[in-house]
Amino acid sequence: MSTAVNDVHEHEHEHPEGFWGVLGRWLFTTNHKDIGTLYLWLSFIMFFVGGAMALVIRAELFQPGARIVSPEFFNQMTTLHGLIMVFGVVMPAMVGLANWQIPMMIGAPDMALPRLNNWSFWILPFAFSLLMSTFFMSGPAPDFGWTFYAPLSTTYGPKSTDFMIFSIHLMGLSSIMGAINVIATIFNMRAPGMTLMKMPIFVWSWLVTAFLLLGVMPVLAGAVTMMLADRHFGTSFFNAAGGGDPILFQHVFWFFGHPEVYILIMPAFGVISEVVSTFSRKKIFGYRFMIYAIVAIALLSFIVWAHHMFTAGIPLVTELFFMYATMLVAVPTGVKVFNWVATIFKGSISFEAPMLFAIAFLFLFTMGGFSGLMLSIVPADYQYQDTYFVVAHFHYVLIPGSIFAIMAAIYYWLPKWTGHMYNETMAKWHFWLTVISINITFFPMHFLGLAGMPRRIPDYALQFTDFNRIATIGAFIFGFSQLLFLINVVRTVRGHGPRVGAKVWEGAHGLEWTLPSPPPYHSFTVPPEIKN
Amino acid sequence: MIKRFFSKKHLPVTLLVIALAMFGFGFALVPLYTLVCKTTGINGKTAGPSILGEPAEIDTSRWVTIQFLATNNANLDWKFYPETITLKLHPGENKLIYYYAENLSGQGMTVQAIPSVTPGLAAKHIKKTECFCFTQQTFKAGEKRHMPILFHVDNSLPKNINTFTLSYTLFNADKYKKSNRTLGRP
Repeated sequence: MSTAVNDVHEHEHEHPEGFWGVLGRWLFTTNHKDIGTLYLWLSFIMFFVGGAMALVIRAELFQPGARIVSPEFFNQMTTLHGLIMVFGVVMPAMVGLANWQIPMMIGAPDMALPRLNNWSFWILPFAFSLLMSTFFMSGPAPDFGWTFYAPLSTTYGPKSTDFMIFSIHLMGLSSIMGAINVIATIFNMRAPGMTLMKMPIFVWSWLVTAFLLLGVMPVLAGAVTMMLADRHFGTSFFNAAGGGDPILFQHVFWFFGHPEVYILIMPAFGVISEVVSTFSRKKIFGYRFMIYAIVAIALLSFIVWAHHMFTAGIPLVTELFFMYATMLVAVPTGVKVFNWVATIFKGSISFEAPMLFAIAFLFLFTMGGFSGLMLSIVPADYQYQDTYFVVAHFHYVLIPGSIFAIMAAIYYWLPKWTGHMYNETMAKWHFWLTVISINITFFPMHFLGLAGMPRRIPDYALQFTDFNRIATIGAFIFGFSQLLFLINVVRTVRGHGPRVGAKVWEGAHGLEWTLPSPPPYHSFTVPPEIKN
Repeated sequence: MIKRFFSKKHLPVTLLVIALAMFGFGFALVPLYTLVCKTTGINGKTAGPSILGEPAEIDTSRWVTIQFLATNNANLDWKFYPETITLKLHPGENKLIYYYAENLSGQGMTVQAIPSVTPGLAAKHIKKTECFCFTQQTFKAGEKRHMPILFHVDNSLPKNINTFTLSYTLFNADKYKKSNRTLGRP
């Protein structure tokens, strides 16, 4: 219907050539697809940077004793690995997916605020340059863990901490602008007839995520601003000597931090809903309840933050409240897992790469969820707190959760974006290597944690050697398997692989599949008709 | 009215205002936290000075044991310890004990002692009429002092608490000097 009209417009967008032309095109672009691509490439690059840091950590932990890197450098690695993976990989990847998909899925020509969109992307390379520049400074890079607790980051923080603070300010600005853009797009740019309750679940999950971002990124900005003031302007928000309280930092940080982890997983829920439905050739089971569940998880995320602080010396009544509130999160999450399984049930399933990643997500994310439930129990948490059990838990929810969903999304939509099919054999190799190595890496960490191995240490007692060796071997397999992913994506982008039609997957529904592959530069210049 | 804020034209501005409000809320958490902790006393923070002269009824039927602790923060080169280690008293009874402090750092210094009570719920039942922790203390090099705490435990202390710990941590407050206000004496 609208395709023909779009093609007429296409000639206006001759892409400029030459170095300056190409640079200018990407630097000044206001197009949602260009910006989505930029976000995704930034995320991909940072994935390998953060991954390299993870491998330094694992190499050091291959055997006891400080062998490869100094303990100081090890601490910098754990800190930067965490910050980069959270702010530099998962968040930009999700925003990239939002940029590409939301306009196409709701029948809009572009995002609502294209210039803001450009700005929110181009802030990020500067933010990460600032963050990475700390490695080249005299004195250590930030070395207090990604949670930068006061007073480690205030009284005792290295000089480079200020660069981290400003880098986080920039990331926060970028996320807030991105969130405003997403909300404005979804509220204002839907095609006529696309009511809220007809929107694809991916769009819904991003709408909720955007509100979460809007609610907590400013609080993080406030927290780092207070840190900055404590470090340089003689205030004492977090310093008991001047009447402040270091525990307050943890409250402010986790008030941001817990909704933040749902920001990382919520769009993943959306992706999995789309993929599972497509490859089971069924509509998503319980659409309304999927949306209610997302909203419920988002609301609950604001009242569970202190479960990160059970051993920080908070009183019993508070511990009980946060324990029960945390367990409550399992209810809407359980609804979602149930509905995904019910969608697959009696579907005519096929196992292309996106579906494989989605199924692995269902198993492994649920496992991560269960270890989360274990951690939510206060008396048990006294044992697990700050051990490798926690490391195992959050890597199980972040890698098979967020990262697998991102990979599923890339395999699912890349043919649509490029007009070429990726190499399925290579994708299957990538999947199996990834899913096996991820379990080799992180499953033993559960046992290490239960046996008492603490997090964030470069050395450990002898009895932890075997499981650590297994984990390190798994980590290296995982890390190098991702090169297959990179090669596959680059090949597809460069036009290898057979051409695909508008509807790449026969079971797919949704407006994006009515556009040709690759879609025109401006998705829908004439609003599409919404059927059913 | 609300519809207007969410209209096509105003929505981005409304969202920006929400973001700014949340930035403000981040800072509002600071007084909010202090307020909640002070009123409920759930985190072991003791309150400021209470007024002397209201004769509290002494509950001779029960005994409460208080243990006193002292800690030097970071590398503070001071001698700092309680002169009474444990004390048994009846709720309502006024007691005076001393902490000893001596500045061994070789230079003048202003310090601040920060109290903490374990279990936290006992904190709001300890009523201090006079305490060296109410104000910053400035010591010359080598100066030594016996610093008083005049206090009582009020009758409403939960029955299940029969022992609690009152701990003071001494911080170097040179960077946070305040003009010492005279505190709440009637």
